[in-house]
This record gives sequence, C-alpha cells and structure tokens, in this order.
Amino acid sequence: MNVIEKIEKEQMEKISLQREIPQFGAGDTIKVDVKIVEGEKERVQAFEGLCIARSGGGINENFTVRKISYGEGVERVFPIFSPKIAGITVLKRGKVRRAKLYYLRDRRGKSARIVEKIQVSKKNSKEAIKKSDVAEEIKA
Amino acid sequence: MRCGVIVRKLGMSRVFNDIGEHIPVTVLRLEDVEVISTRSKEKDGYLAVQLGFGTRKAKHTTKPMRGVFAKAGVEPKERLAEFVVSEDALLNVGDKISVNHFVVGQKVDVVGTSQGKGFAGSMKRHNFGGMMASHGVSVSHRAHGSTGNSQDPGRVWKGKKMAGQMGNVRVTTQNLTVVKLIEDDNLILVQGSVPGSKNGIIMLSDAYKHKLPNDAPFPAGLFINNSKVVKEEEITADKVVINSDTENNDVKSDKLGGDVEA
Repeated sequence: MNVIEKIEKEQMEKISLQREIPQFGAGDTIKVDVKIVEGEKERVQAFEGLCIARSGGGINENFTVRKISYGEGVERVFPIFSPKIAGITVLKRGKVRRAKLYYLRDRRGKSARIVEKIQVSKKNSKEAIKKSDVAEEIKA
Repeated sequence: MRCGVIVRKLGMSRVFNDIGEHIPVTVLRLEDVEVISTRSKEKDGYLAVQLGFGTRKAKHTTKPMRGVFAKAGVEPKERLAEFVVSEDALLNVGDKISVNHFVVGQKVDVVGTSQGKGFAGSMKRHNFGGMMASHGVSVSHRAHGSTGNSQDPGRVWKGKKMAGQMGNVRVTTQNLTVVKLIEDDNLILVQGSVPGSKNGIIMLSDAYKHKLPNDAPFPAGLFINNSKVVKEEEITADKVVINSDTENNDVKSDKLGGDVEA
C-alpha cells in the first residue's frame, strides 16, 4: 500500500473507533458536538444546522454546516476526521437535488426552507408505514 | 555538528496533533542510508561524511563508481552526498543511519531541487505587474517594460530581473519542525512543504539556526545489526557524565549516569 495512504488510514481508523461517523450528506440537518477547551476544562458545544456540502476525500474530507444565528447566516467547515468533534448526529434527512446547496446563501426565510420541503420524505415514510401496516393486515 | 541524511520526498499529507490541531506534513523516507566514505583533515583538508542513498542496479553503475562502492563494502547507491561534520561526529564506513537520527520537535533544514517552471516571463518569475489591459497598450500586456536608463550608463545593470529559466534550482528551506518519526517504514514527517517534486531526493540536516536538542543521538542515530537503534555511542560517554553532574533531576541523564557508574 502507498505509504501516505497508510498513514492516513491509521488516523481515520483511530477516529472511527472513538466515535461513530453517521452517513449524511447535503440537505441533512445535523448536530455537531464540538470539543472546546477553556483553560484546563474541556466542554462540548453543539453546532446545529443544515449540512450544505461535503467536499474532499479520505482524511481530507470536510463538511459545511450552515445555520441562521440571530438573523445572521453562520457557516462552519469541519474535517470529518477532526479530533475536535465529539460526535455527529443526524436530526433530519433532507430531500435535495444537488450536492452543494450554496444557493441557500442568497435566500432568506421561506425560500431558504429546503428542509421543510423535505417533509415529503416523511410522507413517504408514513406511506411506507401504511403499506407495511396493510401488508401486516393482509398477513393477519 | 552532526551529519544530515538523504531522503526521498513521498508527498504531503495531514496529521492531527493531541489538541486536535491540523498540521500539514511532508512525508520523507530514508532508504538504506549508509556511510560510503569519510573525508579527513590530513588527506582532504576538511572533515565530512559521504552518505549513499537508495539502491541502483550494478549494471547501471559505472565501473569507477562500482569500485567506490566495493571499497565501502556496500551495494551500489542511487545518490551520494557529503555532509560536513565536526571531528567528534565522524562516522565509520558502513554505518547505517535510521530515522531516530532526529527527534520529534526538532528543527531541520531541507535542501532540494525546486520544481522546474521552464522559461518563465517576468510576471511569473519576479512578480512583475505587467502592463495595462487597455489605454493604448498593445501586444505587450505581460512585458517587463523598461530595463534601465538611456545613454548613461548606456547598458543594462547586471542582475536586472528579466524573463528566464525558473525553478529547477537548489533551494534550502530552513527551520522546519519534525512532527513524527515512523520507525517501521523509515519515515520522517516534517511540518510544511519541502522543495522539489514527489520522489525527488532531498537532503535533511539539523537546523543551522537552532540548537540541537539534548536528547538527539549525538554522533548519529544508527542501526546496529539491523535491529534496535543505539542512541549513544562511545564518543558521547564523556558528555553523558557531564550531563549527569549538571542535570541530576533529569530522569534520562540519571539513568545514563547509572550506566556509567556500572
């Protein structure tokens, strides 16, 4: 194996053992727990928002989280394998048609509400539940 | 002054340190670095260690060079280089240098051949501004402009910055930090970028502008019988005694002091 790939793989495996890395992509609402060191104390701060992009590959892979904080758009880019991240949780799955949601930066309010449109997927899941119910009934 | 080592640049990567900070690193590899010969004051007028790096097929080695390698009793090497050393840091022919020659956190100087850019214009080569895009400028948008005065001096000053060959020259980068040593694969990870292209051969030595750390193996970090690395050679035994006298609190020197007593 390539020596550099080996070095990177070792580091990725180390982080993967420490915390689970969920599958998520652009359009998903996620919560990132960030470790913050204040003096000698270490605490965890959550950064909750919409994942608008994933970029890079391997150990260099990053994701961008966007949220509106006090009326101001805030974006943070995290390396997926950063040791400063304590955990990532997916809160909502979004339905989007592109890999980078940079167009959200120009939008405010209702039109920036992609996540809401994604409720469709919930309906789908409801339908799926109904279907499974039906299937169960049929079985019964 | 210790000798340096010859390494191959494998490429760049990233490493996260204990605090979680990201450090860009260049991965360098030692490939059978051995002492081919030494230079002496009596014979050559200066003290140096000649190191060989990598392997070269015997059929690709010239006959005179084959003689040189035969004299040292080593396989033909890809590259040779000399490092000027002080008298107490001279090594024996055949000594193999390991990555433990360096210490994590140590500063090093790196010498390499920069990537060639070919014949480059003055804008790329010397960061000239070029000329205007409009306002009557024609054809010469990227030209350097005037090269000097008129009849006095009536010539162009020596060293005038102009277009020409860019890159493919020897470049030294000073004071790079050693981030990590990987003994199994003979790798040295150095913070930041290093001149030259991937698979280029590079010279690494202790930083000229920084003091050598105390825990660095003094004459050199050597392989002994292809197994464990011995940090202290006989020559340093005197130094160790001095250390144990002055720094009694230092655990390491205490240990070594014990050895000396024994």
